[in-house]
Amino acid sequence: MADPYDILVIGAGPGGYVTAIRAAQLGFKTAVVDREHLGGICLNWGCIPTKALLRSAEIYHYLQHPKDYGLTIEGKVGFDAAAIVKRSRDVSARLSTGVGFLMKKNKIDVIWGEASIEAPGKVTVRPATRSVQGPPAPAPKGALGPGSYQAKHIIIATGARPRVLPGIEPDGKLIWTYFEAMVPPAVPKSLLIMGSGAIGMEFASFYRTLGAQVTVVELLPQILPAEDAEIAAFARKRFEKQGMTIITGAKVTKVEKAENSITATIDDGKGGTRTIAAERLISAVGVVGNIETLGLEKLGVKTDRGTIVTDGLGRTNVPGIYAIGDVAGPPMLAHKAEHEGERCVDAIKGLHAEPLDKNKIPGCTYCHPQIASVGLTEARAKEQGFDIRVGRFPFVGNGKAIALGEPEGLVKTIFDRKTGRLLGAHMVGAEVTELIQGFVIAMNLETTEEELIHTVFPHPTLSEMMHESVLDAYGRVIHV
Amino acid sequence: MPINVLMPALSPTMEKGNLAKWLKKEGDPVRSGDVIAEIETDKATMEVEAVDEGVLAKIVVPEGTPDVPVNELIALIAAEGEDPKSVSASGQGATPPAPSPQASAPPAAAPTPASRPAAPAAAPQPSAAASPKPNGARHNRLFASPLARRLAKEAGLDLAMIKGTGPHGRIIERDVKAALAGGAPKAAPQPAPMPAPAPAVARPPAPAPSAPSDAQVKALFAPGSYEEIPHDNMRRTIARRLTEARQTIPQFYLTVDCEIDALLKLREEVNKAAPGAREGKPAWKVSVNDMVIKALALALMRVPDANVTWTEGAMLKHKHADVGVAVALPGNGLITPIIRAAETKTLSVIAQEMKDYAARAKERKLKPEEYQGGTTAVSNLGMFGIKDFTAVINPPHSTILAVGTGEQRPVVKNGQLTVATMMSVTLSCDHRAVDGALGAQLIGAFKELIENPMGMLV
Repeated sequence: MADPYDILVIGAGPGGYVTAIRAAQLGFKTAVVDREHLGGICLNWGCIPTKALLRSAEIYHYLQHPKDYGLTIEGKVGFDAAAIVKRSRDVSARLSTGVGFLMKKNKIDVIWGEASIEAPGKVTVRPATRSVQGPPAPAPKGALGPGSYQAKHIIIATGARPRVLPGIEPDGKLIWTYFEAMVPPAVPKSLLIMGSGAIGMEFASFYRTLGAQVTVVELLPQILPAEDAEIAAFARKRFEKQGMTIITGAKVTKVEKAENSITATIDDGKGGTRTIAAERLISAVGVVGNIETLGLEKLGVKTDRGTIVTDGLGRTNVPGIYAIGDVAGPPMLAHKAEHEGERCVDAIKGLHAEPLDKNKIPGCTYCHPQIASVGLTEARAKEQGFDIRVGRFPFVGNGKAIALGEPEGLVKTIFDRKTGRLLGAHMVGAEVTELIQGFVIAMNLETTEEELIHTVFPHPTLSEMMHESVLDAYGRVIHV
Repeated sequence: MPINVLMPALSPTMEKGNLAKWLKKEGDPVRSGDVIAEIETDKATMEVEAVDEGVLAKIVVPEGTPDVPVNELIALIAAEGEDPKSVSASGQGATPPAPSPQASAPPAAAPTPASRPAAPAAAPQPSAAASPKPNGARHNRLFASPLARRLAKEAGLDLAMIKGTGPHGRIIERDVKAALAGGAPKAAPQPAPMPAPAPAVARPPAPAPSAPSDAQVKALFAPGSYEEIPHDNMRRTIARRLTEARQTIPQFYLTVDCEIDALLKLREEVNKAAPGAREGKPAWKVSVNDMVIKALALALMRVPDANVTWTEGAMLKHKHADVGVAVALPGNGLITPIIRAAETKTLSVIAQEMKDYAARAKERKLKPEEYQGGTTAVSNLGMFGIKDFTAVINPPHSTILAVGTGEQRPVVKNGQLTVATMMSVTLSCDHRAVDGALGAQLIGAFKELIENPMGMLV
């Protein structure tokens, strides 16, 4: 048996591989185990390849409206679904290879296979039996194989997988999860999407732009349920204008499958039902933690509703066993996983580390229009008893937005009237996912409205709308 | 008095721990920073460091004892000069300095809790509030988030007294909230950011007299027979600071009667001479109190040894007389703006400054730098007809002059009974800094100036 590791990370997703790099930086002898891909879902089947797909859709959208920009196109603008998918897969493959280099550079051992924890300090790695897309993935060059491994600290970073609703189990053909939706053989003519969170809305946007008839069914009264109601309503109007059908407060109760289509029965929540036929159904009703195959029950590791219970710095109730990222609970976001992993390792090292403040974790959805937010929504702020000031600034008042041909959007800021604390920021419109981090920094530094008001935002940029929104909250907006 | 060593809380959630090992024996000398014991929790083994120097006099909880509750007495340290054999636990309710836990943090040992409690507010250890250390002692710049600054300002908290737990010790929102919850020293009306910590602040809290609880007090009155008015920050600050002053400063009092006929006459002339006086818009209007301020400032210049502030380390002998003047606020409330270097200012300047201070004090718009610090103070209740009273010293001052009303009294001069306008004044002195004879010299110099007021004009 080889020398024991200081830290062994199970799962090489964005949480796991970043945790491993941080551990290596701190001088720990580190290994990371994965059963099918470096970079995890995020890099292979989530964040990154969907951005590649959406980029193709975005460019296609512009090409359909050349006149808006004074351009002409001779002949027909079209797309090749297979080529779009290939580009997306190439982007993932390139980045996954990049993670391999990062492991090598940081002298982190990569162990290929399915890990389970025998006891604190002991991990058994068996050959993986399958990958999400079928047969087991080949091991990257230089990876160690199955066997017994020892580590003083074991960090579980196994991520999450799509939630499955009983009776509507994905079949890989008619009922898709994001795995299949990401590599469509062709663009379906019609599509029913269950769930209007980030995953649901991104696919809705992608397929709608490529011409599919898209219907979105959401259980809750608003789409993008985590977002501010005003922003979600704004986005909904845009989606509907693009030709999407959106049904909220409704539930898919039954799905009947035919040769090449499904028929879904939808309970509208008011006692009525209707049926919708579509070529494909995408189930995007959330994700659940991958906790089953690790041997947690035998070890007595405490779990709660499909996720591992930790103390905020990754420590589980069993000494020597830690969990970070999706498997340690919501919000299930790559950037949350990375930060949890770094803090977990810092704490093991004895460095100062504090649990992540979940209120300061931004969220981004890359549909068209984009949505980005951080902090409390208006409703949550009121629920928590804050006396608030709300600022709003529309894209139509911003020179850069007009020049870009993107006059649809809104930047909303919410302040505590008493202290001037920025409680939340919510945006919808072009490029807002690239803007939000300005407000995230502001919140982390505990700035008040005063510093934001006196900060110079460059002209002409979309970021000026962030400034104007703050000005609006304090009754001194300029450009409306 | 021996120093109690208590079971430390090594994390915010820790309630008890095992006393794994004593690294010092009874009778061993202990220096600050020495590791005296090891404590085990379910998560880690931690070292307990001594904060105080002395001799480990008695081990109360033997090693190997499991589940020792946090804050239980585990040992006694005899301070220098004490007989280790005769020590016994000091009284209940005292808050002796607790040993500071230090994470031993071997790089790859059992999981150790974060090197700092994640939520200092919840930590049962002496919190920021209990043992404040001025933050700005070594650096002029105080690092605090904008939100923390604003919250502290609104609450009247002095940031320098708050321990920061943010990156690099930056004071952040939760630190201010923790300080507020823990009743940290407040800025208003007059805690002075001092070169050395003010004694009342630097010490561990004195044993609190067992004051009756709010409920016990309320039970003495029939329900509905009173209105309950929540304290504002100023009220809390007055209560806390003056209680501190009374408990920590050995005060004594010196009273003299001053004849002020000459002073009243001079005042009339000075005011008559003000430009614009005839048109009813005089450029200045000097009050008796303005003259008292000036006289006290000049008296301190004549008796410079009384113009001092006590600190544990040294006496601060001030070069100027900064005279605080108690200003009553509408309703109930008090603030003490300071006439800086009053000995250098003319009566008209003092009068103008006081007029401005009084007006802004009443609107509660004074800036901290206008009411913090000072070397002495004047409290005048003469306008209410009070003949004589004593005032409570407001640290960092060493003295305060209580000024009574000016009234005609029968006096004996050269064996003859005659009538003069007299004013009684009482000087409260901090005996740590100003002894009886020195205080007498100071009040004597003051009387000399008040009775021969031309001395104030030159």
